[in-house]
Amino acid sequence: MSDSRASADGMTSMQRVLTTLGHQEPDRVPLLLLPVMQGARELGLSIQDYFARPEQVAEGQLRLRARYRHDCLYSFYYAAIETEAWGGTAIYREDGPPNAGAPVIRRPEDIDHLRTPVVEDSPSLLKVLETTRLLAEEAGGEVPIIGVVMSPFSLPVIQMGFEAYLVLMHEQPERFEQLMRLNEEFCVAWGNAQVAAGANAICYFDPVSSATIIPRERFLKTGFEIARRTLGRLQAPSTMHFASGRALPIVDLLPATGAAAIGVSHHEDLGALKQACRGRLSLLGNLNGIAMRRWTPEQAEAEVKAAIAAAGPGGGFLLGDNHGEIPWQVPDRVLLAITAAVERWGRYPLHWCRRD
Amino acid sequence: MLDAARAESDPLTVIENLVRPALEEIGRRWEDGDCALSQVYMSGRICEELVEELLAQSSESEIPHAHALETTPPRLAIAVLEDHHLLGKQIVRTVLLAAGYKVIDYGRQDVDGLFERVRDDQIDILMVSTLMLPAALRVRVLMDRLGALSPRPRVVVGGAPYRFDEGLWREVGADAVGLSAGDVLQILERLSQADT
Ligand code: B12
Repeated sequence: MSDSRASADGMTSMQRVLTTLGHQEPDRVPLLLLPVMQGARELGLSIQDYFARPEQVAEGQLRLRARYRHDCLYSFYYAAIETEAWGGTAIYREDGPPNAGAPVIRRPEDIDHLRTPVVEDSPSLLKVLETTRLLAEEAGGEVPIIGVVMSPFSLPVIQMGFEAYLVLMHEQPERFEQLMRLNEEFCVAWGNAQVAAGANAICYFDPVSSATIIPRERFLKTGFEIARRTLGRLQAPSTMHFASGRALPIVDLLPATGAAAIGVSHHEDLGALKQACRGRLSLLGNLNGIAMRRWTPEQAEAEVKAAIAAAGPGGGFLLGDNHGEIPWQVPDRVLLAITAAVERWGRYPLHWCRRD
Repeated sequence: MLDAARAESDPLTVIENLVRPALEEIGRRWEDGDCALSQVYMSGRICEELVEELLAQSSESEIPHAHALETTPPRLAIAVLEDHHLLGKQIVRTVLLAAGYKVIDYGRQDVDGLFERVRDDQIDILMVSTLMLPAALRVRVLMDRLGALSPRPRVVVGGAPYRFDEGLWREVGADAVGLSAGDVLQILERLSQADT
């Protein structure tokens, strides 16, 4: 594909991303802009119609990359696609991502009879795999393809509802463990199916592990162990993404999960995160997708500059939004301004922001 | 500690001096990143139980304020707009109950349904929780519809989108925003005072 070829300096998107993940400076800061639903707009389709056919989603991703020149392709559809595999539904709307329908686990006792779904039996998941294969053919190894899983620890929020899950976690440790075992099997199978279809990396969404949702002590006993076990079984490098939840209070623990990178929140000091992670974990973030809706192009440039200044030097930084998906309402001109700003301010060496 | 307080003061004073400051403090800490939502939720549940116990122990005459709210203004209601995920609303509701307020819970609503109920129940202050950005933006439509009522009910919004865009509550025309559930108590006081 013409677009994936090396830039003038000789780096493909893949090389750029791998270099930064190796904590070296590539030719420029990689941009992991993650537009998803915007593909529907590119193709002139409703969001629901767009996600109905895997080849459309592949085409949408390719067109979006041609437009914004970012350094990845993203096979993510929406979070609730996983609950569809567990027998649940997704509720579409015209101006945003589909939301999970009624819980599939209605009472805690349902967990005793729950079975892990088989990836190949789920028409929804098969669509994602087909999109992944189509993207892999086009990318030819030059553009990283990022697949997505919900973590076993975060998925229950949409499997059973947040309140019921918090109660389960606090009051029924055995059933909680049982659910984690089932979810881990599913997560590993689902992640590795995407890798087999051509995904080069897996984004492991685990906001329930973030310090926004649970305290460090509980994370150590739950989300941390689960991530370590699960990421260790994935056959590709992973990013542990907190979906804009906070990570600083647990950041010292995260390298031991095996993640190569973490997705970080606009609610935290990127410089402090960088200091804690330098040479050990790469950072993905931390542009505020919700605020982006109202940015001017000048603001977009200033935000990009600030993020690069805080986390760019030395590599180990991938610029993106802080949630792992650009909201539908963000105007095209803002995304184009982000792209232009990375081109302008993201070239290594970053002389303009050296702190001597 | 509670028993000691209970021995010295009436339930309302215990709620006012002990439970309410605790709820506000934990809300502030969550906003600052110094505690986690699971702790906010679990502590809210404990406070709610405590308050129920306190109220059960005392005769109605001792606690005019908590019961009077049901019939005298301001009449309060809470709802989630266009979402099936109700935890944010649930936590705010718990804070209100634990602080001795009465509140009508409409559960999940769309704009039309919510407008009708607020109108029919003559709600004075409506609290709206949202999780997704499109729903947060829909509050604009709700405000336009409520504008036809006189007096127009006050609307307090909250939820993740408002925490990521500080100006969003003004943009959609709400009267106030709460960045954590604990904020709701001060906001209610402010709005009630402004109305009297
Ligand atoms: C955990 C999480 C997840 C989990 C569980 C989500 C869930 N609850 O269903 C998982 C991984 C499954 C997930 C998935 C998705 N997520 Co998510 N997720 C989060 C995260 C990190 C926390 C959300 C949460 O549940 N918090 C707990 C609740 C209780 O907190 P809260 O709503 O903020 O409420 C508190 C206060 O705001 C306040 N409050 C709330 N309401 C009110 C009302 C009043 C009147 C007052 C005074 C106060 C108040 O009190 C509460 C306690 O203090 C947020 C980001 C963040 N940092 O907050 C994103 C976030 C909510 N997710 C988001 C999105 C988009 C999604 C998905 C749609 C992604 C997708 N394309 O599939 C899916 C939808 C899942 C579904 N429900 O179907 C966006 C929503 C905004 C947007 N862009 O539209 C957010 C905000 C991320 C972001 N920064 O953009 N997510």
